[in-house]
Amino acid sequence: MTKAVNDFIIRFANVNGTGSASANYLFAKAIFRMGIPVTPKNIFPSNIQGLPTWYEVRVSEKGYLGRREGIDILVSVNPQSMAQDVKSVKPGGYFMYDSTKKLPAPYFREDIHYLGVPMMEMSNEAFSDPRKRQLLKNIIYVGALAKLLNMDYSEIEKLVGEQFEGKKQLIDANIQALKLGMDYVEANFEYPLNFHLERRNLIKDKILVDGNTACGLGAVYGGATVMAWYPITPSTSVAEAFEHYCEEYRTDPETGEKRFAIIQAEDELAAMGMVIGANWNGARGFTATSGPGVSLMNEFLGLAYFAEVPAVLIDVQRTGPSTGMPTRTQQSDILLAAYASHGDTKHVLVFPATPHECFEMTAESFDLAERLQTPIMVMTDLDLGMNDHISEPFHWDQKRKYDRGKVLNAEELEHIGRFGRYLDVDGDGIPYRTYPGTHPTKGSFFTRGTSRDEYAAYTEDGAAYKRNMDRLMVKWETAKKIVPKAHLYQKENKSEVGILFYGTSTFSAEEAKDILEENGIIVDAIRIKAFPFGEEVVQFIHSHSTVFVIEQNRDAQLRSMMIMELETNPAKLIPVLNYEGMPITADAIKNQILKHLNLENTQHHELSETAL
Amino acid sequence: MSYLKPLFRHPKLPKNKLGYTQKEYEGSLSTLCAGCGHDSISAAIVQACFEMSVEPHKVAKISGIGCSSKTPTYFLGNSHGFNSVHGRMPSVATGASMANKDMVYFGVSGDGDSASIGMGQFVHVIRRNLNMVYIVMNNGCYGLTKGQDSATADQGSRSKAGSVNPFQAIDLASLAIELGATFVAQSFSGDKQQLVPLIKAAMHHKGFAFLNVISPCVTFNNNPGSTKSYDYVREHIEATSTLDFVPEMPEIKTNYEKGKSTRVAMHDGTLIQLNKLATDWNPEDRVSVANALQHARTKNEILTGLLYVNTEWKDLHGTLSTCSTPLNKLKETDLCPGVEALGEINAGYR
Repeated sequence: MTKAVNDFIIRFANVNGTGSASANYLFAKAIFRMGIPVTPKNIFPSNIQGLPTWYEVRVSEKGYLGRREGIDILVSVNPQSMAQDVKSVKPGGYFMYDSTKKLPAPYFREDIHYLGVPMMEMSNEAFSDPRKRQLLKNIIYVGALAKLLNMDYSEIEKLVGEQFEGKKQLIDANIQALKLGMDYVEANFEYPLNFHLERRNLIKDKILVDGNTACGLGAVYGGATVMAWYPITPSTSVAEAFEHYCEEYRTDPETGEKRFAIIQAEDELAAMGMVIGANWNGARGFTATSGPGVSLMNEFLGLAYFAEVPAVLIDVQRTGPSTGMPTRTQQSDILLAAYASHGDTKHVLVFPATPHECFEMTAESFDLAERLQTPIMVMTDLDLGMNDHISEPFHWDQKRKYDRGKVLNAEELEHIGRFGRYLDVDGDGIPYRTYPGTHPTKGSFFTRGTSRDEYAAYTEDGAAYKRNMDRLMVKWETAKKIVPKAHLYQKENKSEVGILFYGTSTFSAEEAKDILEENGIIVDAIRIKAFPFGEEVVQFIHSHSTVFVIEQNRDAQLRSMMIMELETNPAKLIPVLNYEGMPITADAIKNQILKHLNLENTQHHELSETAL
Repeated sequence: MSYLKPLFRHPKLPKNKLGYTQKEYEGSLSTLCAGCGHDSISAAIVQACFEMSVEPHKVAKISGIGCSSKTPTYFLGNSHGFNSVHGRMPSVATGASMANKDMVYFGVSGDGDSASIGMGQFVHVIRRNLNMVYIVMNNGCYGLTKGQDSATADQGSRSKAGSVNPFQAIDLASLAIELGATFVAQSFSGDKQQLVPLIKAAMHHKGFAFLNVISPCVTFNNNPGSTKSYDYVREHIEATSTLDFVPEMPEIKTNYEKGKSTRVAMHDGTLIQLNKLATDWNPEDRVSVANALQHARTKNEILTGLLYVNTEWKDLHGTLSTCSTPLNKLKETDLCPGVEALGEINAGYR
């Protein structure tokens, strides 16, 4: 194997509920602190204790944040998954294991290296408390890796100090465990390994954070005051983050009074009902859920669309259906969300790709929802929501004001003639609304599903219904102009071939684009940030003969929406898909594109080689 | 039913403290069947709000789906209303209340809306003690889909088509008491004298006030053999008490018999004055109320009046410690932590 600096993949095989998460995070964060781009991913079961769980860390000097195939070093601390873990190591790679017990013969491969470290034995000798023995065993392997991979010990030490601030005993025990691992490597192996780390300055002011935290924080900054939710993986930590930051920044330190209300609802139907009730009454309310929750919220989403009530829903997508692989990632709620509910409905979606965008788009969604008086769905996924990502820092403009949309106050009501709740007075398809309690005799109206005229009076007149439905389409056209624009990677087209992607497919798509380019295949690229699609998306599709649509679901859902909404020739939109529950890789994208371009027999590319 | 409601009113109609006549509290013309119990309940709401001098725009009316849920159009025309989703009124009311604690929330529902499709939300809104008036217009059948039995239809009750209901009824008042509702009353749409003070008291209760009002369906469930017909209900009601609602009056003169009279002080200083008719029943003792209801059931009686009240428990806003300013009135400066705080937050993720 060639020597590689800052370019490898390490996977930790643990048992869940054994405290491995914090040790693994310590490892990844230390690399981040060394100024080197790093992408950690949790691969975990739908379980609390006792089942296999993995933590995969990609280190990439070039800053590629997507997943990559091929494991260079595997740290095995789970006998349950050992057989499969041994197999997963790339030829020439390393298999580190707990050598307290002898490794069974079938686990030996000729083409990989073995690093036996008696983690349990060392931990048992050094520590007496059984729980501590288990936790610190994990820290021992971090210490061993620090030596093997040439990590900056001072960064690890500092992180331990931060994590256990004020708890000297714990700090000392962790440092002791780190040293045990380091000393063992020093005495028994050659180090560093041929692939290892070197300090860089590639991180700059970036942050390492998960998307759910960013969404929760974005809702705090975006002025959300009511959150209603029902626990569902992988969205639960959005509510937790919102609560955490509200407690910190929206609680009166003297009286304990709170400038927010969070309700854990009895189910997702109630959660959405509460969000709609709050928004109807002039507060910014939101919910966070995942696919099965969106299914349950469908009836309310339809009501909100027709009744024109703002709402924000954060959909942290996961593999469907509800009892399938709830702890694996997918982009498979796109169609469900876009056309949720009965009758003619269409909903505005936004697609963040980074924690920075999760923050920004969540905050912006409240403006969009109130401006457009309709539900806005923030489509993230498990990979973005629950894994830490290197991201641009969160940004807020001091001068930024909330756009509360078209709302009439008491004084304005005094000076207008007859108030028409569903009357389009300025041609953008968006009527004015009033909050309950505004004026003693003016501006009240009755909110209902569909049967009403421009003045909100009950009617079953077909013509009035049609006028309303047509106005909603005018509003849809307005939405196209104000939702986040797609990002174009080039000023002018350079190729007949384009690639199109959104959300967490972005990192791997960008990497695939580079690999193709290294192989002499130039492609143009566009990243979709919202539905409805803007004019720039139409232009991109029309100006390319072939567009590869990259997404993480089986049915090429976004592609279907493009065919439906843009009246595009389906033959020019080629699906590039991944739906195994793991984040899509650059190799998978490249291979599918090459296959289509009939080049698969002439192009061979080993990703790890070009990354050098 | 279709006739034109005259816009003209007597010029000397009495005015309330706010200078409004009853007209300011009325809604659109009802489209329910002539003689529908629900219209009487709407009229009782109008009267209660007028007499209490409630600002009509400070009331929000929220309903689910069904005949009962159509009624908010027919009262308080100057209030915002929301005819939402079948069985989901409680969640919409919860969200609305969270947004603005300074309004009165009327939730209107029916027996199908609350006891079947919306049972989950009914149960949980009680659990949270949301500050609202929750009225079930209970007719034991699905009116809007033409008379199917509902879950509150009594076992053995005969429908208009002649079929006998084989299932046990869900008794919403007993259930509400079991679940810890902090104000539970039962009444009859034909008894306005009882209903109006109950609605007034419910509006002043800081917490969840539940009114289960038997409201006969004249079209589909008013036949002999039905236990929700006008005749049957009139013959079988048994009031716990006669009551008055006493707004802001320091002292009251009563003619009630000594020892049988009870007063319940509400949070806002108002009083409920009860003249007890039932023995062994105390409206502030949950166990005695549950017993009274069970005894009445064995005697095929429908116990009406104020059944239970508890002014001790916090409402949802109290539990969540929300600030005194309604959440929908808060501005950027109250809500957004600002640029400096974000700098610190960013630093925490480096």
